[in-house]
Amino acid sequence: MITKKDLRKINEYEWEIPKSYRGDMLVPVRVFVSNDLLDTVLRDKSLEQAVNAATLPGLVGHVTVMPDMHQGYGFPIGGVAATRYPDGVISPGAIGYDINCGVRLLASKIPYDSAEEYLDQLASTLNAYCPSGVGGKGSVPLSEKDLDNVCLEGSRWALRKGFATEMDLRHTEEGGRLDGADPSFVSKRAKDRGRPQLGTLGAGNHFIEVDIVDRIFDEEAAQVMGLEEGNLVLQIHCGSRGFGHQICTDYVDDFQKAIHKYGIKLPDRELVCAPMNSPEGQAYMAAMHCAANYAFANRQILADHARRAFEDTLKGKVQNWHLHQVYDIAHNMGKIETHMIDGQPVKVCVHRKGATRAFGPGSPELPGEYQKIGQPVLVPGSMGTASWVLVGTEGSMAQSFGSTCHGAGRMMSRSKAKKEVRGDKLRNQLEKAGIRVRAGSMAGLAEEAPIAYKDVDAVVETVAGAKIARKVARLVPVAVIKG
Amino acid sequence: MDESLTGYLEIEHTADWALTVWAPDLTGLLEQAARGMDTLSGVVLKSAPRVTRELSITGYDPEHLLVKFLTDILFIGEEEGLGFDTFELSIQDLHLQAQISGAPIASQQKEIKAVTYHDLRIESNPRGLETTIVFDV
Repeated sequence: MITKKDLRKINEYEWEIPKSYRGDMLVPVRVFVSNDLLDTVLRDKSLEQAVNAATLPGLVGHVTVMPDMHQGYGFPIGGVAATRYPDGVISPGAIGYDINCGVRLLASKIPYDSAEEYLDQLASTLNAYCPSGVGGKGSVPLSEKDLDNVCLEGSRWALRKGFATEMDLRHTEEGGRLDGADPSFVSKRAKDRGRPQLGTLGAGNHFIEVDIVDRIFDEEAAQVMGLEEGNLVLQIHCGSRGFGHQICTDYVDDFQKAIHKYGIKLPDRELVCAPMNSPEGQAYMAAMHCAANYAFANRQILADHARRAFEDTLKGKVQNWHLHQVYDIAHNMGKIETHMIDGQPVKVCVHRKGATRAFGPGSPELPGEYQKIGQPVLVPGSMGTASWVLVGTEGSMAQSFGSTCHGAGRMMSRSKAKKEVRGDKLRNQLEKAGIRVRAGSMAGLAEEAPIAYKDVDAVVETVAGAKIARKVARLVPVAVIKG
Repeated sequence: MDESLTGYLEIEHTADWALTVWAPDLTGLLEQAARGMDTLSGVVLKSAPRVTRELSITGYDPEHLLVKFLTDILFIGEEEGLGFDTFELSIQDLHLQAQISGAPIASQQKEIKAVTYHDLRIESNPRGLETTIVFDV
């Protein structure tokens, strides 16, 4: 196990595991964590997994882990690794099974006080309109051709079908569509899983949440995003469902053979990878982009369903029931980007697994209105606790490949959470605290209990202190819908 | 640890689910892993109609065979809504021939989304074979 003695302190929020820690490391590991959070981090295997990730061929700079890190499989959740393009590797396990899992934030002009009496009904309507739960089937079943088009067009497909506005796409990472998707590299099994599931939330830690803007920290950025203290907003957290999972499963399986072909030695088989310029690497990139586009379309359709729920519940009862999109970001993705390394621009594949892209002000990838303030970053907390809206900074560009944290981060196992918390009791506690809960499974609710997670405020203080994000607004929940 | 020759036990994992499985041989290990996976998910089967599926899987090594077998069972569960409680397995030269029988799933508490290779090693010990599998949930 890695102990505190193995880490070199850089400053109050930053530590390093040097390359000399283990002979097979190609780069050091940079750890963004406060002293308090470090004790929690050292209890599981996240740092061992970060050291394993530091052996991926073609790495540049350093492997970075965020303060919400926790043990995953292969690559730690909260990890960022950049490999040189095109001869470095791409690793499906370093992106994750839920390709383009991400968060969308929609804001309103609805003051909480004017809508409070309708929130129970709103929670039930959201739950009814947004399919969720184990094996949930969607409201938009796809033909084979439709699915191919979703793979190629992402959110633009949703726009063509009337589920989106141009402004939604403008306020989505990559405009809701990645180039280079090719459905011919997606298996029949993945397509079979994907066709019925578009427009579904799924289960696990995915959710839809209605929040109040509790406090604004950056008036200018909040104004640009349309966030006002006391008003309602909506978060959607989900990804590419069984479609993305199957694509990751297929390529982790394929790459078991590829590592032998390319003479790659790894400490963990879940990190299997292939050079980006190899046939195997190219095939995975094409398939992964299909899943990413599917996830963008999925969150877009859920946003449409949520808007209908707001309209059907609040139209005629509040002055302006509309929801406008603040941003939609991915936190499980591999992206080809250019970053400054040792003073030189270098094209890399940034693997982010449980880490959010956080581009700073002036980044050409951002729409004009966000170029001045930096890219909105959405950091959902654990159920019943706060969430945060941040922006990317010059610091995130310089220190973490334009990345920051993605959530609170688990610290307790699901089995222990289930032993310590009863789902029905937790629901009652949340309801007493003014948070309406709609959940498909009480066991699933117990697993996601707030005590299973770190303090999201402490995580955000760390990334703000390390200057890899800046605080804009804090949100607190009033209704949660979980699968 | 359970002292019987075959079995499975859930072990702690921060974010996902992990299961230690043991059996005298590889066919037993695959069967216990499949049973353990269903227990983790809280799968309850209907009493009828009984159904049977045939699987034919070739692996590069025993770990690969194990992951492919469990992945196939997950896929059938999601696509056809079927779960399995009876396993007739034979393995020759890393080729698995399986006849698995079960019934439609009546209820399921939680969804396992994928079977991972994380730290996956099937190891021999005096009782037979043992491994720990991490599932993505």
